[in-house]
Amino acid sequence: MPEPIIKTCAYVLVHVPGFVRHGSKPSRDLAASGEPLLEALEGHLRSFEEAVAYPPNQVFIGNLHPDRLNGIEQPWYGHPLKGASRSGLYGEIVPEEEFIGLMKLADDFDLLWLEKEAAPLFLQALKGNPFWSEEELAKKIAAGVELEKIREKIAHQASLPLYHNGRLAGCFHRHHDQDESLTAPILLENLMTKTSGALALRHLLKRAALVPEDVDFILGCSEEAVGDRYNRGGGSLSKAIGEMCGCVNATGCDVKAFCVSPIYALVHAAALVKAGVFKKVAVVGGGCLAKLGMKFKGHIANDMPILEDVLGAVAFLVTEDDGESPIIRLDSIGKHDIGSGSAQQQIMEALVLKPLDRMGMKVADVDKYATELHNPEVTVPAGSGNVPLNNYRMIAALAALRKEIDRKEIDRFVLDHGMPGFSPTQGHIPAAVPFLGHAIDGIKRGEMKNAMFIAKGSLFLGRMSQLSDGLSFLIEKNPRKR
Amino acid sequence: MDTMFEGKRVIIFGERDGVPGPAIAECMKAAGAEVVYTVTECFV
Repeated sequence: MPEPIIKTCAYVLVHVPGFVRHGSKPSRDLAASGEPLLEALEGHLRSFEEAVAYPPNQVFIGNLHPDRLNGIEQPWYGHPLKGASRSGLYGEIVPEEEFIGLMKLADDFDLLWLEKEAAPLFLQALKGNPFWSEEELAKKIAAGVELEKIREKIAHQASLPLYHNGRLAGCFHRHHDQDESLTAPILLENLMTKTSGALALRHLLKRAALVPEDVDFILGCSEEAVGDRYNRGGGSLSKAIGEMCGCVNATGCDVKAFCVSPIYALVHAAALVKAGVFKKVAVVGGGCLAKLGMKFKGHIANDMPILEDVLGAVAFLVTEDDGESPIIRLDSIGKHDIGSGSAQQQIMEALVLKPLDRMGMKVADVDKYATELHNPEVTVPAGSGNVPLNNYRMIAALAALRKEIDRKEIDRFVLDHGMPGFSPTQGHIPAAVPFLGHAIDGIKRGEMKNAMFIAKGSLFLGRMSQLSDGLSFLIEKNPRKR
Repeated sequence: MDTMFEGKRVIIFGERDGVPGPAIAECMKAAGAEVVYTVTECFV
């Protein structure tokens, strides 16, 4: 049986400052505090150019290696990269005016109304878009709705106002007046996930030089809850994303596992390819509206920009061995068993040490560990600590406990085998996989031989169990590559 | 040590990337406390 490989990755950031107010935390706080807080929030939003020049965002789309952040003075938002481009090796950073137009393209139920004067501007912003034709876009986006009708919907029918550049640019409707799963905020979350996921999948197909018809199966790994009152969260976005990208020969389903979903989805994809069930499996995760501005109060308090102003989206193509790309070792899967325990040490033993022991490897035999790669500049000012650094210290401490490294070497280990966090705090998006593109290229170029990807999931957030979760895998140089 | 929290009731807030609730609960029980509520939150 051929070994499965991850052939290509795609990474997209969508800069949506106008939607930060609709993030879960800002929307709750704004409802309680009103106008002065809104003014403070809007006063701390970034421009598109600032988001593009932000070094961690450039790492995310592939223009900069994560280790390069070690050489850039913090705060990184105070040291923008000169000449930074929205286009990246692995994807791009998309501005809000283009994304709103694409949301309308993705909208099959007329949930989104664009204001009459704004609609042509959103269409214009998409001129020359490489993924969807001008005809397709014009058919859905060109016609807008009178401002008065939009105001009426917001005032009397629970529609959500949508702002762009501080101006009311449209509204978003519910689709049932008694169904809590089809309210405007929830449907908006779902449509933003679908649209950003489709952007990532389009980039993936382009990078892989694949026609959409070539994809056999799509595994969604986002965190939204698609469904109505009878099946909340039981639905899937994979086919909706595939439909938007023309993957007419694919079917699909979603893998739900909180932040660890992309790792589960990639392992599922690898197993399906290894078993010969499918040849080309796309794993796709769209962005998460709810997490925008999650730490906005901490950022305002520190008088820094609200950095959670981007949606992240990822896509990966898992195929049979091409003799070139790094293989996923299916004997490397680290799993957090129900009986594993939930302390950090127990989790890391299950996800790192057990698989290494099984493969006869030492902790330092892995060139790079990708743990959850939350950008510390987002989390530290809000008191949530440096997540990747804590994880790397734990892995290093376990290596020291096993006497594989000396205690004095812990900091060196963290620097050599870890990396600074660079991902937006979008739940499933930082889950180790933002490093996959860099790792695949680094292994192909012979700069490293392997990398381990480790993510944890917060099962307890659903209030059905106190358990934690996690999964890991190792990729390594293709043995057939010379 | 095992009676340090004898007769005390405790409410536990754990943190996913720090010390999770069940781990704190085990320590508190070992120290004699009655755990009345345990929850773990994720702050990222």
